Amino acid sequence: MPILKLTDICKDYMQGKEPVRVLKNVNMTVEKGDYLAIMGPSGSGKTTLMNIIGCLDVPTSGSYELDGKNLKDLTDDDLAEIRNKHLGFVFQSFHLLPKMDALDNVALPLLYAGVPVQERRERAAQALKSVGLEERMHFLPNQMSGGQCQRVAIARAIVGKPDLLLADEPTGALDTKAGNQIMDIFRQLSQEGMTIIMITHEPSIAACADKTYRILDGELHTGEVQQEGDADEETGSEEHKSEEALCEERESAQDETAADFSEESQSEE
Amino acid sequence: MTENIRLAFQGIWGHKMRSVLTMLGIIIGIAAIITIVSTIQGTNEQIKENLIGAGNNVVTVQLNEGSYPYDMAWNGNPDGVRVITEKTRQELKEIAGVEEVSLYCARNYSDGLYYQNIRYSGQIFGIDEYYLNVYGYQVKSGRGFTQSDYDNYRKVVLVDTNTVKNLFGGEDPVGKTVELNSDAFTVVGVVALSEEFAPTINSMKDYQLYMNNSTGAIYLPDSVWPTAYRFDEPQSVAIKVVNTDAMTSAGQDAADLLNQKQIAGSNSKLQYRSQDMLEQAQQLQKMSESTNTQLIWIASISLLVGGIGVMNIMLVSVTERTAEIGLKKAIGAKKKRILLQFLTESAVLTSMGGLIGVITGVIMAQLISSMVQIPVSISLPAIAVAVVFSTLIGVVFGMLPAVQAANLNPIEALRRD
Repeated sequence: MPILKLTDICKDYMQGKEPVRVLKNVNMTVEKGDYLAIMGPSGSGKTTLMNIIGCLDVPTSGSYELDGKNLKDLTDDDLAEIRNKHLGFVFQSFHLLPKMDALDNVALPLLYAGVPVQERRERAAQALKSVGLEERMHFLPNQMSGGQCQRVAIARAIVGKPDLLLADEPTGALDTKAGNQIMDIFRQLSQEGMTIIMITHEPSIAACADKTYRILDGELHTGEVQQEGDADEETGSEEHKSEEALCEERESAQDETAADFSEESQSEE
Repeated sequence: MTENIRLAFQGIWGHKMRSVLTMLGIIIGIAAIITIVSTIQGTNEQIKENLIGAGNNVVTVQLNEGSYPYDMAWNGNPDGVRVITEKTRQELKEIAGVEEVSLYCARNYSDGLYYQNIRYSGQIFGIDEYYLNVYGYQVKSGRGFTQSDYDNYRKVVLVDTNTVKNLFGGEDPVGKTVELNSDAFTVVGVVALSEEFAPTINSMKDYQLYMNNSTGAIYLPDSVWPTAYRFDEPQSVAIKVVNTDAMTSAGQDAADLLNQKQIAGSNSKLQYRSQDMLEQAQQLQKMSESTNTQLIWIASISLLVGGIGVMNIMLVSVTERTAEIGLKKAIGAKKKRILLQFLTESAVLTSMGGLIGVITGVIMAQLISSMVQIPVSISLPAIAVAVVFSTLIGVVFGMLPAVQAANLNPIEALRRD
């Protein structure tokens, strides 16, 4: 059973009195464990699609099935619960709460899920460990580099063991090295069985995913505009030569010097 | 909830200056109310203590014209009012609950009495031999009046301790001579109430005199009163009763009896009326309360303005924290949680304001009390009400901003970054 199934999803926005169709009959099926990227230029509707997949927005028409359940006629609070229990979000600008330390930020979704405080802390610590930040648990966001902040955000997204991890331009605010670290984490999560949908406009980032969709003028295209790696698609992640080549290219292109964290963190603010 | 309170304190602490300014309206309002309530309560308690706690159990019955005591300083002898005889005094003594009855004449402001060149401006009483006993006066130095003082029309006076202080400059007055309407009177003794500071209060005027630190009282035998003033002046009656409860009824009965026996014809304007301390205490309390209720209303306006200030700041805070609210909603916070978070914050803010206001109010009340000698009594119920009320202000005025926060669209909220 697919974890996500979109059928004929349309989304209209009112522009003045005229409705403008931002998404046009989008069909999409995501299986459990898929790692895919959605690429598209700005204004193509990719963020709208992301919002609909993320249950932050509801489609004008079409059906949305998450884990076999049709999400229809749900209240804001029902959607909030679905986001809390089934989805994890990673945003371009991290969206960490500035006055909470890393551990509290990560534990926040568990608070809303009603997990007792002791368990919250344990699970949050575990999630931070899995992104390699066990030593920065009590750092505030402004004491960390952009890359570290994004890793905290990933820990927050996975702490609730979601069915689906949604990432909106996760490397958009990061330098190449930090971006690569994020991509490594995504790759690792994918290998552990996490379903990931990532939105990006950078081909090199999209290339890190197993499968790439393109969205253009509200229409979703599968496969045909993909990179040359089509043939390898079914053989598993370790065999993606062309993609790996692209990823490696990114790595070699960047400077090896360690990023100056404090300077970075200042520029973040 | 504990999480919300923690968040609220975090938010308030994060904007110390702004929070204090926001609380200011609440602080001022609550402080004003606590100060006013404390002073009302203090004044009332002192009134009660002075009038009832004096332990005199004395009711006075005075001749009234209309609703005012008949004042001999400005009037001649009233028409048709007879002198009260010993027989009538005995009848008054037989009223239930009455222990002793005294008859006396009085001037509240005397301008005819001098000691050397100093003018005396206190009260003068012409008293019978029962008066000192009725009010519980004791002779502190010298002697009291004897039967022969009365019988021989001796020009002698007793003075109280206030008069010693104000007229004689604290020196022992016994044996000194005062001039009263061109006659020489000799001071034979000093009297004082057995309890310290307990005043002799016969009317509202007396009470006010006492509150202004009364200037004193001078007593002469009622038999010599006509040499200084007029013959056959109407008397007042001081009745000592067995206990406080009997005051009102005994006073009423005495007034009825006097009206029936002493007033000839049907002069409806002249009437004996009893004034017991309890009634006066209540009158005085009502007076101070009604002026102060108005003050409380004014202070409440400050609370209203403070509440609007809180709403204003909370709206700003919601706008500022749009991204935070959006993120929280995106990761699964329900409306109710966001609503509660902001309601808690504004309630904590105003409660803190209320607490600071209470502390300020208590300090101010103490300051006022030490400056103008008004007694202060801090009322715990008033403090509890003030704190609860300030919390309520936070909830009421925080509602609109909180609802606004709860209804934020997470997409819009996240986009704004």
